[in-house]
Amino acid sequence: MILRRTLADREDVLGVAMLAPALIYVTLLVGVPFVLAILLSFSNATAGSLSFGWAGGRNYAAILGDPIFLRSLRNTAIVTIGSQVLVVVLATAAAQVFRAAFRGKRLARLVLLLPWAVPVSLAAIAWTWIFDSTFSVLNWTLKAAHLLHGWLYWLGDPGLALVAIIIVQAWRIFPFATVIVLAGLSSIPQDVVEAAIVDGAGFWRRLFKVELPLLLPVVAVAVLFGVVYTATDLGVVYILTGGGPANTTQVLPTLAFQRGVLGADLGQGAAIAVFLLPFLIVVAVAMLRLARRAEVGAR
Amino acid sequence: MKRAGLYAAAAGFMLFAGFPFYWMLLTAFKQNRDLYVGAFDTRHVPWIFNDPPTLEHVRLLFGQTEFPRWVLNTLVVVVAVVVITVVVAVPAGYSLARLTGRWGERLGMGIFFTYLIPPTLLFIPFSRVVALLGLQNSLGALILVYPTITIPFCTWLVMGFVRSVPWDIEEQAMIDGYSRLAVIMKVAPRLIVPGILTVVVFSFTLVMQEFVYALTFLSSVDKMTVSLGVPIALVRGDVYHWGALMAAALVISIPLAIIYNLFIDRFIQGFTMGAVKG
Repeated sequence: MILRRTLADREDVLGVAMLAPALIYVTLLVGVPFVLAILLSFSNATAGSLSFGWAGGRNYAAILGDPIFLRSLRNTAIVTIGSQVLVVVLATAAAQVFRAAFRGKRLARLVLLLPWAVPVSLAAIAWTWIFDSTFSVLNWTLKAAHLLHGWLYWLGDPGLALVAIIIVQAWRIFPFATVIVLAGLSSIPQDVVEAAIVDGAGFWRRLFKVELPLLLPVVAVAVLFGVVYTATDLGVVYILTGGGPANTTQVLPTLAFQRGVLGADLGQGAAIAVFLLPFLIVVAVAMLRLARRAEVGAR
Repeated sequence: MKRAGLYAAAAGFMLFAGFPFYWMLLTAFKQNRDLYVGAFDTRHVPWIFNDPPTLEHVRLLFGQTEFPRWVLNTLVVVVAVVVITVVVAVPAGYSLARLTGRWGERLGMGIFFTYLIPPTLLFIPFSRVVALLGLQNSLGALILVYPTITIPFCTWLVMGFVRSVPWDIEEQAMIDGYSRLAVIMKVAPRLIVPGILTVVVFSFTLVMQEFVYALTFLSSVDKMTVSLGVPIALVRGDVYHWGALMAAALVISIPLAIIYNLFIDRFIQGFTMGAVKG
């Protein structure tokens, strides 16, 4: 009886007991596979058998000499940076619009959030139809407005296909970034803004000199998540172009899937996926810095 | 004048964000002869219904494809993953907020960071783990793996939520003679119901959206989930049934968007790591 009472009141024991399932799950099913991903990249493992032999740096040597891999690395960087630049511009502009009160704002907000809520794969298939080589409504509209004289093969031309991928990635992430920036705007102390107005600062000055610097940490959070979501995304490219035409739009995730799962070469697939780590490490370090700054600011 | 600019800008953003959904709507209900007119014919306006709308594609989707089956599969996975996530993440989040003191904060941050490790880094090792467990081509594989996406973020969400609940109700219960364990079992759950609801909704939407693991683990059409089956298996050979495809995308997107809209502020608090009060 005494023992039960003390155990039921020991916060440290209860704390560990309640935390244990989550810790065990995350360790076994995120930690272990993460280590396995690195180990596999140094192995000659294939999907067919369960054997596991050491291959040293051979997978890395193979992909670093492979122009398709180098192109996919470059494409990943282009798509990530290109889409995030668009996201920052769109999101800060949209946040300025949606902070104002206007009729129908609730409906407008729902529409704005649609791209973020819809499953990536379903959005991607809708865009595939919008970019269709014969029926593209974009081409029709440009032609009807007399802006287009030739024809745009959106997903058939390597350069245009990359543009299409960037548009879709920016489309799906800017609503999320907008909501984050809006939350940031509402947490700017009102007296700072009022002081700027009293000092005679107009809209643009207030925006660039007062609000944007204060918003920087919040915009950074939005961009960091955006980088993770874009650089590591498989669905958009897989469905829009399948990496084509002729492997010109492959990104790291689609190439890893092609080699590691479809081609059954787990070792090489893992080595390709490992090149996502630099993107993620940059994000993680930046986030830790932001979190520390927020902590210091709160004290 | 300023008002007009505001409405124009808002309309512009709505057009960009909502256009693919308008396109889904048009495509899902257009007759084939209205749908498949090449875009070079500038006299045929594709933005409107030129012929009366039809339910043909919707009937095809529900009657002659595996779509109903995929909805069922998705529901099975959703229910299992939501239950696992609530059972694992809610106690963990509470523990980090109330019981573990200073090192809990560090640990919470650590768990949150595992959310940043993406499926596209883990799907190759998982394909081996799943093979070892004999779970290839089964929904069991998804039920095992999906909580790796939901648990880290949901633990973090619950931790933030519990911190925002005042401590005094629980404290009062302890003064009234409840043990710490009894407070956790009997008093705390009622206080954090909104937090638990957020976890349910967030896990639900994440499972609906997941594509990479489903693509890696599932190969037969009757085992697929909605987010995999629609873009992969509704295409017969090289023929895309765009009407049925867009009907499927629409049926899934709209309810999801409405649910998401109700909970967006809570998610944002989680994403901004509490730096912003939404």
